[in-house]
Amino acid sequence: MRRKSISYAKWGYIFVIPFFAVFIVFNLIPLISTFKNSFYENYLINGYQQVGPTWVGLSNYSELFSENVTLGKYFGNTFIIWLLGFIPQIFFSLLFASWFTDLRMKLKTGAYKIIFYLPNVIMAAAMGMLFFTLFSQSGPINSIYKSITGSTEPIYFFEGVWTQRGIIALINFLMWFGNTTIMLMAAINGIDPSLYESAQIDGANPTQTFWKITIPLIKPILLYVLITSLIGGLQMFDVPQIVANGGSAVDSTSMTVVVYLNKHLFSKNYGMAGALSVILFVVAAALSLLIFFLTTDRDKTKKKKKGGRK
Amino acid sequence: MAAPIDAVGAKSSSTNILIRRIISYTVLTIFAFLALFPFFLLIIQMTRSSVEINQGFKPIPGGSFWENFKTVMNNNNWRMLKALRNSLIVSGLTAFLSTYFSALTAYAIHVYDFKLRKFLFTFILMIMMVPAQVSALGFVRLVTDMGLTNSYIPLVIPSIAAPATFFFMKQYMESSLPLDIVEAARIDGSGEFRTFNSLILPILKPAIAVQAIFTFVSSWNNFFIPALILDDPDKKTLPIVIQIIRSQDLASLDLGAVYVAIGISIVPVAVVYLILSKFIIRGIALGAVKG
Repeated sequence: MRRKSISYAKWGYIFVIPFFAVFIVFNLIPLISTFKNSFYENYLINGYQQVGPTWVGLSNYSELFSENVTLGKYFGNTFIIWLLGFIPQIFFSLLFASWFTDLRMKLKTGAYKIIFYLPNVIMAAAMGMLFFTLFSQSGPINSIYKSITGSTEPIYFFEGVWTQRGIIALINFLMWFGNTTIMLMAAINGIDPSLYESAQIDGANPTQTFWKITIPLIKPILLYVLITSLIGGLQMFDVPQIVANGGSAVDSTSMTVVVYLNKHLFSKNYGMAGALSVILFVVAAALSLLIFFLTTDRDKTKKKKKGGRK
Repeated sequence: MAAPIDAVGAKSSSTNILIRRIISYTVLTIFAFLALFPFFLLIIQMTRSSVEINQGFKPIPGGSFWENFKTVMNNNNWRMLKALRNSLIVSGLTAFLSTYFSALTAYAIHVYDFKLRKFLFTFILMIMMVPAQVSALGFVRLVTDMGLTNSYIPLVIPSIAAPATFFFMKQYMESSLPLDIVEAARIDGSGEFRTFNSLILPILKPAIAVQAIFTFVSSWNNFFIPALILDDPDKKTLPIVIQIIRSQDLASLDLGAVYVAIGISIVPVAVVYLILSKFIIRGIALGAVKG
């Protein structure tokens, strides 16, 4: 007797071929090659004279951490600029998300959500260029500043360490607070409304329900937002590249890690670029693992809930 | 929340709620202005001549938009029209390939029971968080070895493997693609590939539309990889032109034209976004809730 059921398993394999073939060629092989490059000395002198490739072991790495490179400084810059944008971002996103989801206030939220999310779809490079022109010495911001204060001297935003970092952080903040607000709204909407109802009956005020119900219950999403934002911050490139003109402006105080990586890639210093990529990979992987553990914990509680309902 | 609850403390809290509403509307409106202000300034400046701009800012539109626009289009260093065309081609192809193949991959993992299924799913989730920059070095070298610099192939083809789009499609299938449909199609004698193309894809339309928009926008805005691969002035995409403008001395440029060039990169996307905004906002929430 022949089996009645036909196995369709082969179609599963056939349909995933394009995805994985492309992944292997354009992601996996380049990743391996990047790791390999990090162990070789390989660069150009004056843009044409090839040095290497010669096997040098870990010396690219030790070079990165030596005093004349100060990779630590670039990690520091990246972290500071990220933090300057992230603190207001998480604060206002939480505030707006809790207002938008507060059914007693009955706010009309549609237009606000649309406006808050708008900067997120705009090209980051163009945002950087726009802010660079708006905040330039003779730009409209200085023009408005001068007419309000009566000062004749403009503010040189792109010559100060903190004004330049502040503008990059401001762009990051504007681009991401709408996105975070919507993410947090989805999380708050997922909370069982009866919890708020009973809290209200017990006489809890909005501040109390926010701190005692909302925050503890959206903690996993908050952590998720924090870590994805940190990974995003680690990759910060477009805005500082444009605003700080390749990162070199104001004594490289706005040079982020990826801007620095781009510099090595552009000048074809493959050894250093490789070592830097590997370091970046390790940091990003560590942060991703953290998310992985957090979200698997969430799945467990979800399953429990589902079982409970049945 | 249920209406009866509101009645419990209604009298004592109604003024309280009114005050809170006034405060929140005020703060929200301030932020809406803050978010829109840069674009407002941009649009004003786009219409003013370089001379007017240099005289200081006035919140009144000028009459020099076409003049500025022509200056941008005639700037042989920027080649804006070509960049616009290149960006459209790359982003359009990327959106198409990414959504089609992500849907196909998600469909395979969702519908078929094969040995590596679980492993491949976990694998894709794991690679989702790996930043593109970490393999950029190997990628650029590979592309150079293949002789594909200044080609759109290395910008377009890799989008076939898009873990985030895959994940979204998979989520959507779990909520809205019953396996009975596939069974029914088999009984009707439809081949597996045809079932996917003519039966499954239409069901996935809402998810595909959302992801096509997001992929298009992220490809349109993509700066890091194209800047490393394209150096032919006729092949450059918009973000690279922005970089070229930035590397020039601002004081030596026609500022009206600079604003128009920025506007060309920003305004079309903003307008399309505003038209589709309701749809897009729902899409973000869909991606965030996850079941």
